[in-house]
Amino acid sequence: MSASSSSIAGSGQRSIHAWLLLLPALVLLVAFTHWPAVATLIDSFYSTPKGARAAVWVGAENYQAMAEDPVFWQAVRNNLWFAAATIPASIGLALLMAVWVNERIAGRTFVRMAYFTPTVLPMIAVANIWLFFYTPQYGLLEQVTGALGLPSHNWLGSPSTALGAITLVAVWKEAGFFMIFYLAALQTLNPSLKEAAAIEGASRWYFFRRVQWPLLMPTTVFVLVNAVINAFRLVDHVFILTRGGPDNATTLLLYHLYEVGFKFWDTAYAAAITVVLVVVLSSVALFQFFVLDKKVHYQ
Amino acid sequence: MQRNMFLKTLAASAAAMLGLGAGLTHAADPLEVPFYYPVAVGGPITKVIDGYANDFNKAHPQYKITPIYAGTYQETIVKALTANKSGKAPATSVLLSTDMFTLIDDDAIVPIDDFAKTDADKAWLKGFYPAFMANSQTGGKTWGVPFQRSTVVMYYNKEAFKEAGLDPNKAPATWKELSEAARKLTKKDASGNVTQYGIQIPSTGFAYWMLQTLTTPNDVLLANEAGTKVSFDNPKVIEALDYWVNLTKEGVHPKGVIEWGTTPKDFLEKKAAIIVTTTGNLTNIKANAKFDFGVGQIAGHVRKGGSPTGGGNFYIFKKAPKEQQQAAFEFAKWVTQPERAAQWSMDSGYVAVSPAAYDTPALKKYGQEFPQALVARDQLPVSVAEFSTHDNQRVTKVLNDAVQAALNGTKTSAQAMKDAQKEADRILRSYQ
Repeated sequence: MSASSSSIAGSGQRSIHAWLLLLPALVLLVAFTHWPAVATLIDSFYSTPKGARAAVWVGAENYQAMAEDPVFWQAVRNNLWFAAATIPASIGLALLMAVWVNERIAGRTFVRMAYFTPTVLPMIAVANIWLFFYTPQYGLLEQVTGALGLPSHNWLGSPSTALGAITLVAVWKEAGFFMIFYLAALQTLNPSLKEAAAIEGASRWYFFRRVQWPLLMPTTVFVLVNAVINAFRLVDHVFILTRGGPDNATTLLLYHLYEVGFKFWDTAYAAAITVVLVVVLSSVALFQFFVLDKKVHYQ
Repeated sequence: MQRNMFLKTLAASAAAMLGLGAGLTHAADPLEVPFYYPVAVGGPITKVIDGYANDFNKAHPQYKITPIYAGTYQETIVKALTANKSGKAPATSVLLSTDMFTLIDDDAIVPIDDFAKTDADKAWLKGFYPAFMANSQTGGKTWGVPFQRSTVVMYYNKEAFKEAGLDPNKAPATWKELSEAARKLTKKDASGNVTQYGIQIPSTGFAYWMLQTLTTPNDVLLANEAGTKVSFDNPKVIEALDYWVNLTKEGVHPKGVIEWGTTPKDFLEKKAAIIVTTTGNLTNIKANAKFDFGVGQIAGHVRKGGSPTGGGNFYIFKKAPKEQQQAAFEFAKWVTQPERAAQWSMDSGYVAVSPAAYDTPALKKYGQEFPQALVARDQLPVSVAEFSTHDNQRVTKVLNDAVQAALNGTKTSAQAMKDAQKEADRILRSYQ
């Protein structure tokens, strides 16, 4: 009796300790992540308060407005293109760079640093540099194409190339960051695997396909989650390069959200877009963690 | 005894010091007045503004104006309105004159007339250029005090004019002259690629403003004074947009949407012989042009020239305490006095806001040495209000998108403007 009650008291005390240890992080998370998310969900069912007119319950009207908003759908299409291009391109490039700088080559540290530089630079600053790369007539790109005798092209100013141009900047920015994860993973691989493969006479490509790639799978999933989130989150350069133009050709979801929320001050509609974005992103992340994660480990 | 005496003296002097200290802080307890301002042009603007605040505080010891740099115009209005929503509005802020309707709809600002009670105050309000007041008044009330105001002008390369056989001392004054000059100024290399465009009008961000430099000479206004109706599908507006689109089709204006930020650079690199942009770029171009350049008024068509105005006004926030509002009013009045307005114009490149400022000896002398600075002023009599409506940023975006669609050729000018009209009508429905 006394023994069991003391063990209950002990476990109670332990759980109080545990909660106390969790408290600082919990307070921050609830105050700055979970509560704002819930408040946004609630706000999305009300109208936007304007001056003396308070917010009123409007049900799903904001969602209906979203379904009828052509700019929203264009932003969705643009963002899917942007994601479909940046995710595989930046991951592929990162892997290629990581495998290369993992080898014993001359100036390895320098090359690694060079590849990582885009990650260190602030996006707003590099976007301003890219703006001059893309400038018609005397920009860097134009000087190259001009030297080859190709006609001048307004890369950011025509709808056919603007989205491609901002996608390229995002890939350039992200690949170096993902490379670091791959590089770290490659260095943890057991060197005896490589020796064994060499003894067996496996080609380099075969070794990569059957040994390195499967062993890197957990890293790939982690990088993939990051790449998907970044595809919807990385819009800083849009502000500098195109401001969503020409005629919404480069408007991404988050940029549209910013415009609705902080330029048009339609906070209720912005809340509705946020809810959709959060739901889509969290379901993608959940799918990746719970479904993909189970299938990635090499057996 | 001695020790006791010493302690007493110490206590007495401490008390005196405390008393004195309290008295001092009480006498010099100036009222803090937060003032948000944006920076939208080059140069040491923050230093200049801090200097004005210091001088004002010295002259008015009861007030302490605290200037707070808040980023671009867009960032400043985001900060000001967010602060206002949380109940801690700044006393005053410089924001775009076109945000007037947005601020009124949000019930964020009070009319300036509430403070201008004496005859001197009323005379001061009447002293501004009417073109600047057009964006500061609606419904018979004045809501903003013009401060950092600009207008659109044409910059042209005099050397390129000479090469093309044009008179370098005369800017093209009509659309016809402008098209002809642009044709003559366009240069191509052996393989047919353009090396210098005749004219360039930027179309990102401020496309609506640039469209206004074409609609104003065509004698049509894009919005009514109440900001509740737009006339995008007016045939004269479509004609104005068509003029712009045709310049690109003829190959004398670069194709596609042209970046606002790189346009001055294009001019300096001699890739465009004429550019149309804000007077705010004058100081930059003056400092960096390696060739002789001229500044001309916007070319006329149906009527003589005419440009929209632009830039920022002082607004006074409703939620600020009464004494702070009064202080903000005093500051706005003080800083727009002719001598200071003249100094501000020379420091920043903005247009001085009153005719009296141009009569000051300092600005007269500057105008003689650098006559390009006076073009904006001479254009003011034919200038109109910058495009502004209720729900301004949303309607402006609709117009910007339409202009870009027409320039890219995804829509005809008529189709783009008709679609924009329909969308703007839908947005403005609740204000009519």
